[in-house]
Amino acid sequence: MFAYILKRLGLAILVALAVSMIAFLLLRLSGDPAIALAGEGARQADIELIRKTYGFDRPLPVQYVEWLGKTVRGDFGESVYFRSPAAPLIFSKLQTTMMLGVFALAFALFISVPLGVAAAVYRNSWIDRLCLALAVVGQALPNFFFALLLIMIFSIWLRWLPVSGSGTWQHFVMPTIALGYYAAPAFMRLIRAGMIEVLEADYIRTARAKGLPATQVIFKHALRNAVVPVVALAAVQLGFLLGGSVVVETIFALDGLGYLAYQSITFKDFPVMQNIVLLLSVTYVVLTLASDIANAWLDPRIRVA
Amino acid sequence: MASSMDVAAVAVEPGGLTTLAAPGLARRVWKNKAVVVGVGLLLLIVILGVFAPFFAPYDPYVQNLENRTVPPFWYDGGSWVHPLGTDPLGRDYLSRLFYGARISLLIGISVAIMSGLIGTTMGMLAGYFGGKTDLVVSFLVTTRLSMPVILVALATVALIGGSLWVVIMVLGLLKWDRFAVVMRSATQQVRSLDYVAAAQAAGASTPRVLLGEVLPNVLPHLIVVATLEAASAILLEAALSFLGLGVQPPLPSWGLMISEAKSYMFFSFWLIALPGAALAVLIFSINLAGDGLRDLLSPEGRA
Amino acid sequence: MSAVLREEPVPDTVLDVQELSVDIATPHGPLRAVREVSFQVKRGETLCIVGESGCGKSITSLAVMSLLPAAATRRAKKLSLLGEDLLKATPKRVNALRGNRMAMIFQEPMTALNPAYTIGDQLMEVHLVHRGGGAAKARERAIELLGKVGIASAGERLGQFPHQLSGGLRQRVMIAMALMCGPELLVADEPSTALDVTIQAQILRLLADLQSDLGIAMVLITHDLGVVARIAHRVAVMYAGEIVEEGTAESVFASPRHPYTRGLLSCIPVPGRTERGGRLGTIAGVVPSLIGDIRGCSFCDRCAYARPECAVAVPVRHEGAHAWRCIHHELPAERAA
Repeated sequence: MFAYILKRLGLAILVALAVSMIAFLLLRLSGDPAIALAGEGARQADIELIRKTYGFDRPLPVQYVEWLGKTVRGDFGESVYFRSPAAPLIFSKLQTTMMLGVFALAFALFISVPLGVAAAVYRNSWIDRLCLALAVVGQALPNFFFALLLIMIFSIWLRWLPVSGSGTWQHFVMPTIALGYYAAPAFMRLIRAGMIEVLEADYIRTARAKGLPATQVIFKHALRNAVVPVVALAAVQLGFLLGGSVVVETIFALDGLGYLAYQSITFKDFPVMQNIVLLLSVTYVVLTLASDIANAWLDPRIRVA
Repeated sequence: MASSMDVAAVAVEPGGLTTLAAPGLARRVWKNKAVVVGVGLLLLIVILGVFAPFFAPYDPYVQNLENRTVPPFWYDGGSWVHPLGTDPLGRDYLSRLFYGARISLLIGISVAIMSGLIGTTMGMLAGYFGGKTDLVVSFLVTTRLSMPVILVALATVALIGGSLWVVIMVLGLLKWDRFAVVMRSATQQVRSLDYVAAAQAAGASTPRVLLGEVLPNVLPHLIVVATLEAASAILLEAALSFLGLGVQPPLPSWGLMISEAKSYMFFSFWLIALPGAALAVLIFSINLAGDGLRDLLSPEGRA
Repeated sequence: MSAVLREEPVPDTVLDVQELSVDIATPHGPLRAVREVSFQVKRGETLCIVGESGCGKSITSLAVMSLLPAAATRRAKKLSLLGEDLLKATPKRVNALRGNRMAMIFQEPMTALNPAYTIGDQLMEVHLVHRGGGAAKARERAIELLGKVGIASAGERLGQFPHQLSGGLRQRVMIAMALMCGPELLVADEPSTALDVTIQAQILRLLADLQSDLGIAMVLITHDLGVVARIAHRVAVMYAGEIVEEGTAESVFASPRHPYTRGLLSCIPVPGRTERGGRLGTIAGVVPSLIGDIRGCSFCDRCAYARPECAVAVPVRHEGAHAWRCIHHELPAERAA
């Protein structure tokens, strides 16, 4: 198990480095970063000044290493728009987005696990067909449209929840649903497929032959084995959710990293933008690593090799 | 390799062309309601989009400030002059919806083709050669998967300016990951089959083997993934346009239409409901067709 | 038809099966996998149901345990365990009986245990569900039984996972698991088939010892006549879903009355009797399709002694406790092998 973790860790570090290179190069996409940073209508002298200050005149690899060194030490540079250090700004919003991501994932699992199990146990019945229909419909709704619908229903019509902003738990309800619902169908299908396969296994027949109650057979014996691929998917989905938070947070003006990303992009605040991409990517890498480890732990064949 | 690769690869079942070619294909297609409904709806949308100039009663770009925000015919104040009403600039909504279909379909198809070419090449090479090639491709896929597509797309569009073609380029260059993963799995399964060995023994060059023997047999998986990615690309473009960083006005992208109607949605709900529903129906039909296709490919039908 | 007619069950009859039939739904019509099979098993007795693959013996055992797949329907005139009617029992009651008064072990020990839980957990859960008590009592019982099935250092084994044990050990664990609640009936579906030859003998010996020790009634399914010879008190030969011959092991082996049984026995080389280089017996032909109506003897197409009457109806003959379905009372003497 230990060797396995070490290998995974090594891979994760390599990926993180590759991602950092891409994030670094992103800023150079528009051509001369000095011009981009200076904005439109800037004088040549200003551009030269910026070039010197930010070190854009040095060779690319040198710039990269320097930037990487600073970033790893927590120095994210300064936000052009907010005129304050970028790191504290970014980290202060991170917590909100992480919470949103976790809630959304929990929501997705909360609806998909029971539906997936029911669809598998009552395979090919009307329950199964209904669950699959819900899955297809769920995946067809664009998340921003669904978010607007939620606002119409819960804020305007029912007046139960606030339209936008952050601060109370009520502000999190609709964003959680809007972000999480899209991940549910994938989980549901995975659980259904996994359960159907597992329920055919010999050890389930043994469990039934032992006279165990049906709930114990389904949840203790079957689900435990069907859940393994779900854990891997959960990490992947959490990564997607973090990325997808941009749209949802912006619609609900929820003060998180996604909203900050949107603002920084709109106001061409490149240092912030660059580092948010890096941060979210590294978070995803860490999550994948965690899920690999969890996966290995769940399978006794790897855990007790 | 990365566990995310294995998760996506679970979706690849043995079968493929041989299952499709099995007798009774026409009957199975007809019995599979998903494929029938999905393909039918899709065809309808394609026809409406492609022949929009024939079907649309008005020019979608012509503004008519006398006739702003007219409701659809089923509301008070609506009429059949503008069956689905007009937008805040007086443009006929029905026509804009038809022309919007063109944009969504164009995005879906172009991105699917572009990312499909990139991803399939990578996946097939990785699956066929294994070893170092596989390691490199897997590493690239893992790296790509670690980056949030929407953020990178947003940032890129912000840096080089937004337009239909920029969106297609960016999405096409980003969304090849699933193609690579699935094609890798499928190629691995096919590689060990006899006719591939036979072709190699006969001295066929590698490109020949890949294109002549492997590709026809992984084609069904390719088609299934292509439908999924097309749907995903359509949704991404809609989201980008909604945030103002995708297709630019006055193009009638459905996502853009929703964005433009956002501030009016409390009083004129149909302004967001109609394009939203259009998007939903399009994605729904693509997914249905893709699902049905996957069922047809899997030997025992539904998994 | 009942092979041995009894008016009421003898007091120590553990399992009483009368006219059990199982149909399996197929796209081409119902497949009559088991056709009016009847047998009884007494305490301390081993009944071996023997037959080739596809004859319906496994399905019979699953039907008794109410473990049939969804596509199968079960009918019977009587199916009772220790006098209790299993046909009328509610699912809850059936669950209460399974693992408790009747237990089953299966053919493939490699896949019959859940890979995600320890041996101890899987052993103890049966006891906890049926006998309550507590974890300590269950654990004690598990260790006791692991010792009984010949597994050393039982305490350590409890914490191990199935993948850490060999096939033979896993089968022993399965047997221990089946005996956790002291059942009166044990159904064993080809328990030794998937194991190495040397381990096979050990497992069979274990089962025989446990039976005489605990006095349980055992139904053992097998395709191997060697197994039957080793362990059976009584034998039921199945063919195409029916029991074609039944009796004590001695009488069936010594004087097989049904042509199929005789054919089976002649297929086995006997050291000393079978000539080197001589031909082994074979039974020409294939098992008939079991879909749709079947009339008369299902073996007559392959039978060397068939007569036109065989295709219409076949009587059941008796001689003491030995019974068989054939028009012949006694078969002509065999030609020299």
